[in-house]
Amino acid sequence: MRWTFRNLDLIWAAVLGHLGLVAAALALSLLVALPLGLWVARRPGARAAVLGTASVLYSLPTLALFALLLPVLGLGFRPALVALVTYAVPILLRALVAGLASLPPAVLDAADGMGLTRWQRLWRVEIPLALPALLGGLRVASVTLVSAATVAAYISAGGLGTLILTGLDQGHTEKILVGAGLVAVMALALDATLGAVQRRLPAAA
Amino acid sequence: MEALAGAAGWLAANPLTFLGAVGDHLMLSLVGLGLGILVALPLGVAVAHRPRLAEAAIAGAGALRTIPSLAVLAALLPLLGVGFTPSVLALALLALPPVLVNTVTGLRGADRAALDAARGLGMGAVRRALQVELPLASPLVFAGLRIAAVQVVSAAALATFIGGGGLGDLVTQGLALLDTGRMLVGAVAIALLALATEAGFGLLERHLARRMGGA
Repeated sequence: MRWTFRNLDLIWAAVLGHLGLVAAALALSLLVALPLGLWVARRPGARAAVLGTASVLYSLPTLALFALLLPVLGLGFRPALVALVTYAVPILLRALVAGLASLPPAVLDAADGMGLTRWQRLWRVEIPLALPALLGGLRVASVTLVSAATVAAYISAGGLGTLILTGLDQGHTEKILVGAGLVAVMALALDATLGAVQRRLPAAA
Repeated sequence: MEALAGAAGWLAANPLTFLGAVGDHLMLSLVGLGLGILVALPLGVAVAHRPRLAEAAIAGAGALRTIPSLAVLAALLPLLGVGFTPSVLALALLALPPVLVNTVTGLRGADRAALDAARGLGMGAVRRALQVELPLASPLVFAGLRIAAVQVVSAAALATFIGGGGLGDLVTQGLALLDTGRMLVGAVAIALLALATEAGFGLLERHLARRMGGA
């Protein structure tokens, strides 16, 4: 435990770096996935193409994706961010499209019948009703990102993975366990928090 | 383009190193997946009809699934050391949750009437599980196997960090030696292996569904 107490600032920086990477990736992914999802949801041809591409991207192993992007983007925070966005966009996209596709046609007809414009229908009816599905996607995406961000240490992006990888190199058991333990706690806590929000949502709507 | 040429050059110069890494990767994945299934399937059958145990198993599997792969691999190192065995055990742990959850869910969804009929025919618990329940649950169980297989092939790339070998070795060595060709060969091979596993299990799944539908 002596290493831990002497290096609390280093550990804290790794936690913040990890959270920063995950938060930035999640925000960017939402910026990409929301408009794209809304655009493809009602276009079957585009939807199949986008979801197909998304599922291939999502199946790529983390280490392979980081290594493939390395010659193009180099090392560091930004290339890691690109790789993480590549992971999270497919998850959010699939959740959003599934959520929008599951809306009963009668609800949409009713909205049209009330004289809502397409934008009003989107903002007041479709998005609120698809919100639980989107939140489910957000939960899966954030857990996946915490996991993938650990491997991002391989391309020098910082975060808790750095403690694990340098610990492995140095044969420093305590460092390895602190890194692995904290990243596990972070993933479990995020999952539990978003799960709690998810359960509360239908009652609020 | 230069990077691709480097990759082709490295592959042409080191075919045996490459094949060795592929072999190690497949060995890690197969043994890890096999061990995971060997534990998860019987465990799933055993707890499926005991509601409290089933819920506990699903909750445990959910937590295990949430923990990042690299953390699972790294956490085993102090206990088991480095090399093939700890890597395989970590991969088995990663294969466990999807198979367990899908087995339990599939068995709990099995048709009550079919189970009653099997009991009426005088089948014992073991025969009932093997001949009635598991076949009825097989679509979900198989989907669990597919998810587990893809995850194991993918996570086996991380075994290099605890000295487990496999294609991940080419990626980490490539970065350490600034040998982009070697790194790309490893990365592309890992990606293709994962995509092929997903596609292969997907085909098998559809084949199985057709046969079940025809029966």
